[in-house]
Amino acid sequence: MVFTLDRKPVRVHAQSDRKVRVPLRFFDEREALIIAAAVARIFPSDETGPGAPEGGVILYIDRQLASPYGRDRFRYTRPPFEEGVPEQGYQGKATPRELYREGLVSLAGFDRLPPVEQDTRLREIEATYFFQLLRQHTIEGMFSDPMHGGNTDLIGWQIIGFPGPQMSWANHIDQHYGQAHRPQPMSLSDVVGHKVKPWEDLE
Amino acid sequence: MKTLPRTDVVIVGGGWTGLLLAKELGARTSQSVVVLERGGPRQTADYFEGMDELDYAIRLRLMQDVSKETVTFRHTMKERALPIRQFSSFLPGTGMGGSGEHWNGMTPRFLPITFEMRTRTLERYGAGRLPANHALQDWGITYDELEPYYTRAEQLLGISGAGSSPLEGPRSAGYPTPPLKMGYFPTLFAEAAQSLGYHPFPTPSANLSTAYRNPDGIVRPPCQYCGYCDRFGCMVGAKAQPTNTLLPVIRRQKHVSLRTGANVRRVRHQDGKATGVLYVDANGEEIFQPADLVVLASWTLNNTRLLLLSKIGQPYDPVSGKGQVGRNLTHQANARAPILFFDRPLNQFMGSGANGVTIRDFDGDNFDHSGVDFIGGAAISAPALGYRPIANFGVVPPSVKARWGSEWKKAAIESFDRAASFILAGEHLAYRTNFLDPDPTYRDSHGDPLLRMTMDWNDNERNLIRFMTTKMVEVGRAMGAREIATPPLRSYDVQTYKSSHLQGGTMIGPSPENAVLNPWLQHWQYSNLFILGASSFPQNPSGNPTLTVLAQTMRTADAIVSRYLKRPGPLA
Repeated sequence: MVFTLDRKPVRVHAQSDRKVRVPLRFFDEREALIIAAAVARIFPSDETGPGAPEGGVILYIDRQLASPYGRDRFRYTRPPFEEGVPEQGYQGKATPRELYREGLVSLAGFDRLPPVEQDTRLREIEATYFFQLLRQHTIEGMFSDPMHGGNTDLIGWQIIGFPGPQMSWANHIDQHYGQAHRPQPMSLSDVVGHKVKPWEDLE
Repeated sequence: MKTLPRTDVVIVGGGWTGLLLAKELGARTSQSVVVLERGGPRQTADYFEGMDELDYAIRLRLMQDVSKETVTFRHTMKERALPIRQFSSFLPGTGMGGSGEHWNGMTPRFLPITFEMRTRTLERYGAGRLPANHALQDWGITYDELEPYYTRAEQLLGISGAGSSPLEGPRSAGYPTPPLKMGYFPTLFAEAAQSLGYHPFPTPSANLSTAYRNPDGIVRPPCQYCGYCDRFGCMVGAKAQPTNTLLPVIRRQKHVSLRTGANVRRVRHQDGKATGVLYVDANGEEIFQPADLVVLASWTLNNTRLLLLSKIGQPYDPVSGKGQVGRNLTHQANARAPILFFDRPLNQFMGSGANGVTIRDFDGDNFDHSGVDFIGGAAISAPALGYRPIANFGVVPPSVKARWGSEWKKAAIESFDRAASFILAGEHLAYRTNFLDPDPTYRDSHGDPLLRMTMDWNDNERNLIRFMTTKMVEVGRAMGAREIATPPLRSYDVQTYKSSHLQGGTMIGPSPENAVLNPWLQHWQYSNLFILGASSFPQNPSGNPTLTVLAQTMRTADAIVSRYLKRPGPLA
């Protein structure tokens, strides 16, 4: 399954001919296949349901890296860059784009490995800031509003029973105690009635 | 540099305190008032399209632009301070309304002991119980003096709540509106806490339970429990925000003008008097605004920074203990813990910022401290503030070790709506070693030094959180939790969100010896300079600061109108 820019999933034989038919903004095809394979191990498609491949996480990450976020628009990036104690947070000079480019080097050939070996490779880099970012972006790609490129057909929200940004629970907040209340999820555009532009397309 | 015509009053910062003072002066005097806000304009309509977790809660669209200005942080003087390159631990707002736009709306009153913490602790437990290096001080005002202003602040915002707790100070009036409808998690907490002999009550809330008309005639609608308060603006105006509660009144006032995009860099002064402020406007032009009265209302850290950069008052020196500006930095010892795992769904996506139940049985000196290894206490609440998936997905019970892959995914999906945490809002004592000063290395986009935070938790906070955690595990078991995670408080870190309740730096106090401000929030030496906000707090009480900050501002507004303007000079 691949995705077009207007968010329509299209079923093609992507797995067999190893082509990514997504209009990529940041990655090249080889890079996208590697990152797609890595996030598929972090949040796999398995017996508990769909995962990062169905959620379009790769498309989300690609758009974020192409956006101002990818070049560190939202971080204080004045020098000097010094190493600190962990509680001082990430102090590196590398932008998210640069961290991915470096990370991709450590994951060369990743997409062609069998799953067990893929997991071993990921465990080797588990402690790196790049992996932390990859894991965080996987969660963001699964569970952010679909206008950002992931969470295709609200699949992430359906998996966990999150209904999206709806206007009112005033008739429900003190009801359903102990019972799951699971209304049909809605995206922000569904709720406000028109297309909403994500910040990455405005800045 | 351009010099503008003189104004009577200039107010730096368009948040809760700055706009409240502007509104009071606009209503009760003919003073010309200029409010300078460095961010852009905001209004309720802006928030309609804003229910997006990624842009607002993760990328922090309503917050200060960290790429232009941040603060540096180190634990102790031995460490090298490095910039907080992304805000996480606390979230300074920007734009009209300031942090009052994205807050949750929890509005407890402080306990009476808060204002006399040092005296009452000494009286009851003796000097031996005060931790080494503490810098505890009384406020120089009492709960009773502030009480009428608490009532006025509650009526301004329409606070929803119930009754009068025997564990809190006396109230001269009830809450203006009844409590919110309660979510499931707080309801479970209330039942369990009651069964254990505690005194649960609805968390006082600036999110309205019913439509409300305040004394200024401003009408706001009831809360819809959509769950988008924390880090968002309210798209219906049910959550009191400066832009929906104060701005509509100010817009009708002839003598108050608002300027956005005005970033104040210095307070100018001569011969012990402030003469005005220097700012950079949205086009980058340097402008001097002369004023007879200067008011800083620009949040804790920036109030302190403006004094330091303007060279007003004596900077605090941690070695000698002398000097006032920058001392008593505190950050509420908040823990989002313990985390409870249930076998039932909680529907935690519903809620509102202040929806919840609180107990104050372990707050202040409401319990005997003779047998414990700390002083102070915590307000403990079970919130239903609207769980969102990016922030809350991935939390798994302690028995699951995986952090990615199938095992983690399965546990995280299962736990997503079956886990919830209490908020332990712990007091943070003031210490001689926790303070603010100018950073020697890092600068903002104008080339001014960043502010440097030197701060760490001490044993008092760690012991306090450990004690509260033990008590809350008992409550959690009574609520039917099947697993409970109890992360301890270690060293202060800048990566995990605690609260935006940073306090201190321009401390209030009965004597100019160790305080910047007199009890009227007036500078002890520069009598035409007032400083509003939680930068005045000598130490960090257990609760959310906004209501107290508003009450203090109203008291100061009264003093300015009835005394200062008639005879400018020191009020104390």
